[in-house]
Amino acid sequence: MSPAGDGMGAAEAPFSFSEANVERAKAVIAKYPDGRQQSAVMALLDLAQRQNGGWLSQPALEYVAEFLGMPTIRVAEVATFYTMYNRTPIGRHHVQVCTNLSCWLRGSDEIAAVCRETLGIDFGQTSADGAFTLSEVECLCACVNAPIVQIDDDFYEDLTAESMRTILDALRAGQTPKPGSQIGRTSSEPMGGLTTLTGGDGDGGEARPTGES
Amino acid sequence: MPKLTIDGTVVEVEPGLTVLQACELIDVEIPRFCYHERLSIAGNCRMCLVAMEGSPKPIASCAMPAADGMVIHTNTPEVHKMREGVMEFLLINHPLDCPICDQGGECDLQDQALFYGFDRGRYIENKRAVRDKYMGPLIKTIMTRCIHCTRCIRFATEVAGVPEIGAIGRGENMEVVTYLDQALASELSGNVIDLCPVGALTSKPYAFVARPWELSKTETIDVMDAVGSNIRVDARGGEVLRVLPRLNEEINEEWISDKSRFACDGLRRQRLDRPYLRVDGKLRPVRWQEAFDAIAARIKNLPGRKIAAVAGDLVDCEAMVALQDLMAALGSPHLDCRQDGAALPAEPRSAYLFNTTIAGIASAGACLLIGTNPRREAPIINARIRERYRAGGFQIGVIGPADDLTYPYDHLGDGPEALVKIADGAHPFAEVLRASETPMIVVGQGALLRGDGGAVLAAVRKLVDTCGILRPDSGWNGFNVLHTAAARVGGLDLGFVPQRGGKDVAAIVAGAEAGEIEVVYLLGADELPMERLGGAFVIYQGHHGDAGAHRADVILPGAAYTEKDATYVNTEGRVQFATRVCYPPGDAREDWAILRALSDALECSLPFERLADVRARLREVNPVFAEPDVIVRAPWGTFGGTGEVGSEPFVSPIENFYMTNAISRASVTMAECTRAFAGKSEKKTGTHG
Repeated sequence: MSPAGDGMGAAEAPFSFSEANVERAKAVIAKYPDGRQQSAVMALLDLAQRQNGGWLSQPALEYVAEFLGMPTIRVAEVATFYTMYNRTPIGRHHVQVCTNLSCWLRGSDEIAAVCRETLGIDFGQTSADGAFTLSEVECLCACVNAPIVQIDDDFYEDLTAESMRTILDALRAGQTPKPGSQIGRTSSEPMGGLTTLTGGDGDGGEARPTGES
Repeated sequence: MPKLTIDGTVVEVEPGLTVLQACELIDVEIPRFCYHERLSIAGNCRMCLVAMEGSPKPIASCAMPAADGMVIHTNTPEVHKMREGVMEFLLINHPLDCPICDQGGECDLQDQALFYGFDRGRYIENKRAVRDKYMGPLIKTIMTRCIHCTRCIRFATEVAGVPEIGAIGRGENMEVVTYLDQALASELSGNVIDLCPVGALTSKPYAFVARPWELSKTETIDVMDAVGSNIRVDARGGEVLRVLPRLNEEINEEWISDKSRFACDGLRRQRLDRPYLRVDGKLRPVRWQEAFDAIAARIKNLPGRKIAAVAGDLVDCEAMVALQDLMAALGSPHLDCRQDGAALPAEPRSAYLFNTTIAGIASAGACLLIGTNPRREAPIINARIRERYRAGGFQIGVIGPADDLTYPYDHLGDGPEALVKIADGAHPFAEVLRASETPMIVVGQGALLRGDGGAVLAAVRKLVDTCGILRPDSGWNGFNVLHTAAARVGGLDLGFVPQRGGKDVAAIVAGAEAGEIEVVYLLGADELPMERLGGAFVIYQGHHGDAGAHRADVILPGAAYTEKDATYVNTEGRVQFATRVCYPPGDAREDWAILRALSDALECSLPFERLADVRARLREVNPVFAEPDVIVRAPWGTFGGTGEVGSEPFVSPIENFYMTNAISRASVTMAECTRAFAGKSEKKTGTHG
């Protein structure tokens, strides 16, 4: 797909920041020295994308460019370089399935199949009711909890086919499923409970349990 | 100063130079695609890899500062292999379409592949294909060939000042585009064609026209504006096919404006290729002798005061001096080379020159533009001002139209009022000029082409004194006149102005209208109100069927700037020689030779037998013609007219950059540019798209 071809130049609704976002944008800009306000471009594009229903329209790019006093093409370069800026409209929930090595070894094929089947769409598509967009993404940097899926701003980790189906059903029902590990572990602790640092007085002399790594 | 060893040679370089520049100093050639000495360093093509002792990896020599004690190797088998690797990557996605590529024969990639290319590809996947982009009527794009060197992006952003090209997407999907596929709105856009190291950006008007090895290449001088850009004209079979810039650090560096580059197709259209005589109201082709006889019949027995001559914008000095001598022989004092009526004096010389010089802009500390839009009048000079602005610490003020000049400025006013205020010292900008050690002012023709032009010039002269534009102790002269016509400074240098008791151009027109002037000799002058010449007998000598030829009673076909060995003086007062590229069409002749032949018919023969005789006469009239290609410091003096300044705002004399003279008006390419860019400055309204 050509990055230039789609979304650019289409007739799109005008865009401007809400009052709250103007305040947020000003706060971001204030973090940078005078004359370096262009450094805020990524944060402002994120604000614009959130306000604009998850994607950046042409008017949104132009608005951000004008807000920061920089050429629109420079903003377009940033917005097309980073994959987390969407240049085409997306569904209310953006389901991003990692299919990189760690997730794949831990069964991401199955997760993707559940998504396809439950949502009735393939990667890169949006469901007819506008509720879901399904994407295939590169490593989300949570390999220890593979397989994982990012839905909007949340990571859903340690997925199985069932838990994936439950999450999607909950979202469709308008609920917010609990993000994080779906098997109840805290962050990236070992799955079967602690295997190291399990006791002792913490003087560093503890021997490692034999036979395990 | 860092001292480093390159291939066994010890070289000491200025601090701040890169390894690549250090290599160039000792003539070690480093291949490169993205690096360009006039653009910022990108370091993304990796072709310039060299080995540095102590470094485990090769270094990109274009981006590595030369440091003391470095030991660089550029010709080892390892370096060669690295470059071959880079080249192989570049060629992965580059199409093998050299036989149908216009860059073929003058392509950096082709040339370097000769040394670093592998004779087959090891890549078995599909090559990527990229949709071509629209960049306007001048630049043809074949984006599949792009190797992402980003030279065009950097040129548009840095030199041209129109940040409209960018690279969107990433990795395999990266594409160079103009925002929303708009035409690149710059007067310098054609330079990206030269910058592009491959065939991604090529010349649209020149597409599939010729191969570089078929062309005869002639180095000459451009006349589309008063900058005197150095150009190379490529011709085949007596036809000018393209114009390219030639390096001259003091004038155009290595850029030329789009008009200089692309107006050359106008040389093939609307040409006057034989003499014409108006018989019963209709122009009829005649032989030279008939044309001369008709002129002789009309002029003989006519007192000199009833004859007048006006020289146009593209005329060479040889033709002007010949006409000047002819008019003197005929006893006419009515001469003028300022066909636009600019209130410029012929004395002192510094009053009509760009005294700071074009290269001197780099050392200016503050700048005031008066009644000029340099972007349209001289894009090359505008690029220099922008370059100075980018270097920092340069305040620019503008009196006149508030157009987009590609750099920010303080708009101080629209008309003479603000000028008078600064001249009186009652304006804060006067302090800016005084505080700078090297202030410069640029007076455009827009400030002088007015009824009160003389008074405006007097106000400027006063400003020069009150704001210290001249610094006698350092020798700085910041007073500059920006001309728009290539012939103007030469004409003023020759004194092609009203002689004792003579009429200037306005009076000549009025005289012709009133019947006092019975014969008007137009030497390439097309910008006059022709309908006001009344019943005068008009002789037009020139190369294009433009306004002057339409009004003429006799047409004498002359040579365009590419068809004669001629002398031009640019706005700085630099004398330069143009060289003949091809012969004038049909019966047309070199202009001084026409005047020489006409003088015979009028029985007052000019004493010229050869071009050398005319050149000797030029040197006799003004010694500056003896010193070509250099700046002769002009004496300073008092100048300026009398009267009160008016209140109308200044307007630039150039409404449409692409059509300013007979050649560019005849050019199809320039007509397309006019269509593409007309009204570009208008703000979009709700009804647009």
